[in-house]
Amino acid sequence: MDIVTHCNVPRYLHNDLPLGNPLGSPGDRETQLKSVLSALRLAISAKQKVVEVSDARWAGDPQWKQSYNKVDETNRKELSQLGEENRRKRAQNKALGLSR
Amino acid sequence: MLDQEFVPYMERTRLFYRAQGFDKDYVWAHFEATPFSALCKPLEDCVVTVVTTAVAHPEIPKPIRKAESIPFSESPAKFDTSELSWDKETTHTDDRQSYFPLEVLNKLAGDGMIKSVSKRFHFVPTQYSQKATSIEDAPLIATACREDEVDIALLVPL
Repeated sequence: MDIVTHCNVPRYLHNDLPLGNPLGSPGDRETQLKSVLSALRLAISAKQKVVEVSDARWAGDPQWKQSYNKVDETNRKELSQLGEENRRKRAQNKALGLSR
Repeated sequence: MLDQEFVPYMERTRLFYRAQGFDKDYVWAHFEATPFSALCKPLEDCVVTVVTTAVAHPEIPKPIRKAESIPFSESPAKFDTSELSWDKETTHTDDRQSYFPLEVLNKLAGDGMIKSVSKRFHFVPTQYSQKATSIEDAPLIATACREDEVDIALLVPL
């Protein structure tokens, strides 16, 4: 929600679900259909910039909102190592001319 | 504050990368003005396409992936999502229909609710460089959509 509204797009339908399943949870055909229909109707009906929030909800662990990319003492060391690895990979890609 | 109900992705991401030792925060794309064109056409007359960040050709190294327009008939049964940033602890992407709505669009076309599904969908890579996205990839996709006479493009990023 925050990234897309910061970008300032013309039409946005927000499903409040974990990243990875923007149309609906795995196997949830009803929400997946509803998401597409709502987005299409928004495309047709909007007369000005619009943000709409659907009633889609994650049926699993409600802690997902707190846990995503969380940084705490349990993973600080691991993240630091991940950063080193990232920088090494970026430098390697650059040396190979793999960049745009 | 309504926003507090949603995951604060920008703040979470800043802290996540600071913890990785990156001292420069990412600057997200922001437009002062929002372009808007009303669509003056009934849904049943509309050709619809999809823009996805799911990777159809993972053999191309991530740093040099570019926008691609791919026939829906060549949609992979399973896209590669491994290099994308989604909530891998909470969910999975084994169900393609949770992020790529081809079956739903085919049904809507069959039911006459939309005119048709465009012949091609579009891949947009998640690049660090906003310039690569806005100056190169987005215009390529817009051109392809015009060629295919698309009325509605559903942007469905993971």
